[in-house]
Amino acid sequence: MKIHEYQAKEILRQYDVPTPRGIACFSADEAEAAAQTLGGGVWVVKAQIHAGGRGKGGGVKVAKSLQEVTENAGKILGMQLITHQTGRDGQKVRRLLIEEGANIVQEYYVGMVVDRSKQRVVLMASSEGGMDIEEVAARAPEKIHKLWIDPAEGLLEADADAISGKIGLPQSVYPQSRACLRGLYRAFVEKDAMLAEINPLALTADQRVIALDAKINFDSNALYRHPEIVAYRDLDEEDPAEIEASKFDLSYISLDGNIGCLVNGAGLAMATMDIIKLYGGSPANFLDVGGGASKEKVAEAFKLMLKNPSLSAILVNIFGGIMKCDVIAEGVVAAAREVHLKVPLIVRLEGTNVELGKKILVESGLAITSANNMADAAQKVVAAAKGGN
Amino acid sequence: MSILINKNTRVMTQGMTGKVGQFHTTQCKNYANGASCFVAGVTPGKAGQSYEGIPVFNSVAEAKAQTGATVSVIYVPPPYAAAAIDEAVEAGLELVICITEGIPVHDMIRTRYKMQGKSTILLGPNCPGLITPDEIKIGIMPGHIHRKGRIGVVSRSGTLTYEAVWQLSELGMGQSSCVGIGGDPINGLKHIDVMKMFNDDPETDAVIMVGEIGGNDEEICAQWIRDNMKKPVVGFIAGMTAPPGKRMGHAGAIISGGQGSASDKLAVMESCGIHITRNPAEMGKVMQRVLKI
Repeated sequence: MKIHEYQAKEILRQYDVPTPRGIACFSADEAEAAAQTLGGGVWVVKAQIHAGGRGKGGGVKVAKSLQEVTENAGKILGMQLITHQTGRDGQKVRRLLIEEGANIVQEYYVGMVVDRSKQRVVLMASSEGGMDIEEVAARAPEKIHKLWIDPAEGLLEADADAISGKIGLPQSVYPQSRACLRGLYRAFVEKDAMLAEINPLALTADQRVIALDAKINFDSNALYRHPEIVAYRDLDEEDPAEIEASKFDLSYISLDGNIGCLVNGAGLAMATMDIIKLYGGSPANFLDVGGGASKEKVAEAFKLMLKNPSLSAILVNIFGGIMKCDVIAEGVVAAAREVHLKVPLIVRLEGTNVELGKKILVESGLAITSANNMADAAQKVVAAAKGGN
Repeated sequence: MSILINKNTRVMTQGMTGKVGQFHTTQCKNYANGASCFVAGVTPGKAGQSYEGIPVFNSVAEAKAQTGATVSVIYVPPPYAAAAIDEAVEAGLELVICITEGIPVHDMIRTRYKMQGKSTILLGPNCPGLITPDEIKIGIMPGHIHRKGRIGVVSRSGTLTYEAVWQLSELGMGQSSCVGIGGDPINGLKHIDVMKMFNDDPETDAVIMVGEIGGNDEEICAQWIRDNMKKPVVGFIAGMTAPPGKRMGHAGAIISGGQGSASDKLAVMESCGIHITRNPAEMGKVMQRVLKI
């Protein structure tokens, strides 16, 4: 799960990581009031969307008067902000963060992720602050310093200081950078984060170390123990189809093709998308109904796929293991009737009670095309989507 | 012969008084030698009860002492599953198979840390389990699609493993053992570990390796295969069409930081001498061609 920058900063402050003072706003008037409350003579107006690269896309502006704050807020709010992470349509800006300006002398990068092969949290730090870390990794990997953190010991002071030294922070500010790094690690573990970045971590002219930007993604499997993180969820930032799917415990991801896929199991669902592509088609979605798909779940899955206006055919690919094919077939037939299905439907069933399942499909009287295996199914659905059914 | 389990393996079910645990224990008990293999259940506070004649104990240690079971299969709900693994490791079991999906990643980091220096092998979590056809099945896979034979199968996915197994069985190629290592980012046995076991197993002639996007376990395994494997390997990676940054169902199936894409994995696998296919419907056919059957 993703959250906004201002929310990530709220969390970091709870862990003693200094950030600029700031106020989240939903209108230009609120932005002006926020700037007045913050005081000073320089402010930063920052678009709040769940994507990086906001500055380059025009979503971050420095204002040197209250009037400029209001003007910039008015321009940014409501804009379709396009960054390398939003896709070509961009993301509509609905929230702003107004922050006090800071006199920055140097910028650094600090991030944490879960390292799968080492099975530990890895701290990454670099002198190349404010840059996309993937770019740095490609261009100058020697400038990224890594530290794998022992889960029992946590991030030790000496290790934090060693990292500060490697990225070139002056020794005089080690106490501050130590607090930032150790706070970030404690937040990462205690809040069940999967990724956290302070980019840039800034050294100010008055020798403070502050988190100028912050990004935290959380483990959705751990949200049950973090109601405070769930409260940060912003549904405006998520795909409506994916929100709908999550209500029914379906795993759904929208893609830009025209062939709907309904599959049980994540691996088989990916493989089904792949084989559609291999035979010249284009999948409209990833949809895993799970191992224990009920009739109702299958029906909801159909409704979800049919909300996509570009849908021109559907492929159901079920390997019935514990789930019996006849139960799935009944679900498919019921769903097809309920939604008055108008696009071609190709069904491939395999596994337990497969003959019974196929019989139910045939006897339904519905225009359902049966397929004998994955390749047959993919070829048939690609042909159907092209109108050659 | 087979890897990890056979008809003499004795198994306990952790979380046996739950609906899922009971359903699958019955299925496993009814498969091949299951009735003599599944000897105990564990649910704290439920000692003295029994399910289908299988006694329930309060702890793993008790179940092990009373029945001699050295393997456990876990169906405990996600918030408690990591602690269930810890308990099995503490009790010194040989093999722990965790079926549970949705365990928090940080719980698994702590559990794997505690496992350092212990002899217990972990399979999963978020996996279908493993099977040695006609001998024993521990997990949630449909037993009847398997045939006894000499092909090993190792996979991160559930139903896609069934697909591979089914293609093999349809073409008359049975399996020695089929191992689902699971779709989570932090797990126990990885492709390379299972591959080493298949390499050493005299009754395995060739292996199908099924991977998916995310991480670099397949690449690590491929490099090991290039340098050590004595048997042919057929490989497929799911997620060629998956967009970066999106989690494709499995917690571990995500292309992040430009790493873990299917095409990169396939390229490495091919360069390491693995017989790759980009068509998931042809895993069996490619194996047939490789073995010239």
